[in-house]
Amino acid sequence: MEIPLSYYLLLGAILFAIGVVGTLTRRNAIVIFMCIELMLNSVNLSLIAFSAFLGEITGMVTVFFVMAVAAAEAAVGLAIVIALYRNKPTVNVDEINILKW
Amino acid sequence: MTAESLAFFFLAAFAVSTAILMVLQRNPVMSAICMIGTFFSLAGLYLLLHAQLLAVLQVVIYTGAIMVLVLFVIMLLNLGDEARLRERYDLAMGVGTVLAAGFVVELFFILFYSGDPALRASMDPRAAALGTVEGMGGALFGRFVLPFEMTSVLLLVAVVGAVVLAKRKG
Repeated sequence: MEIPLSYYLLLGAILFAIGVVGTLTRRNAIVIFMCIELMLNSVNLSLIAFSAFLGEITGMVTVFFVMAVAAAEAAVGLAIVIALYRNKPTVNVDEINILKW
Repeated sequence: MTAESLAFFFLAAFAVSTAILMVLQRNPVMSAICMIGTFFSLAGLYLLLHAQLLAVLQVVIYTGAIMVLVLFVIMLLNLGDEARLRERYDLAMGVGTVLAAGFVVELFFILFYSGDPALRASMDPRAAALGTVEGMGGALFGRFVLPFEMTSVLLLVAVVGAVVLAKRKG
C-alpha cells in the first residue's frame, strides 16, 4: 500500500495539536519555545507532503525559509529568556507578567 | 505492507510518542531530548517524501544547532529543580486540550471523508527530482534568489539582536 497525502497531513495535524497543547499548558518558557518549534515542524511536514504529491518545488523552498526563520527565532528567543532570567531568576511565564497589565 | 508504509507508520508513531513525552516531561532536559527524537523521525519522513536536502538540513539545523542551543541555555540557567516551577492544572489547561483534540478530530473528518481525489492520489513522479541538492539549488538560485538573499539579512539581524539582548549590562 502506498501512503496517500492525507496520512501525512493528519500526522502534521496531530503534531501541531500536541504543540498547541504544550504551548497552552506548560509554564516553562523554554518548553513553550520547544512546542512552538514543534508546530513549525508539523507545518513543514505538510508543506513537503504537498510539494511531493503535487510535483511542485515551492513548498520545499518555503520549508527552507521556515528553517532559516526558526534558527533566527531560536537565537533571539533564547537570548530573551537569558535577559529575562537576569532580571528575575525564573523561567515560569506566570511570574514574568510585568508587561501584562 | 510495503517497506515504505512500514517505515511511515514506525516514524509517525515515534514522532507522535516523543512529541507527547516532550509535553508531559517535567524536566526540561528530558523534554529537549524527546524533541530531538521527534526531529529525527521527521527527517526520516522527509526522506520518504524524496526531500533529501531538507532531511539533511533538518538534522543539521534542528538537532545540531537549535536543540544544542536550547540544551545549552537550560544548563546555563541551571533549571534542574522543577519543583520550584509549579505547573498550572486548571480550567485553561482542560479547555486547551479539548480544543486541540477537537482540531485533530475535525481535520481527520475533513481529510478522510471529504472525497477529494487529490488526497488519495499517489506521489507525483516528478517528486524524486525535486528535493535533491540540484533541484533545490536550481529553485533557490533561480526563481527564489531574492528571498534567499534576504535570508542572510534576517540571520544577520538575528545574530546582532541575540548578542545585544544577551550581553551583560554596563
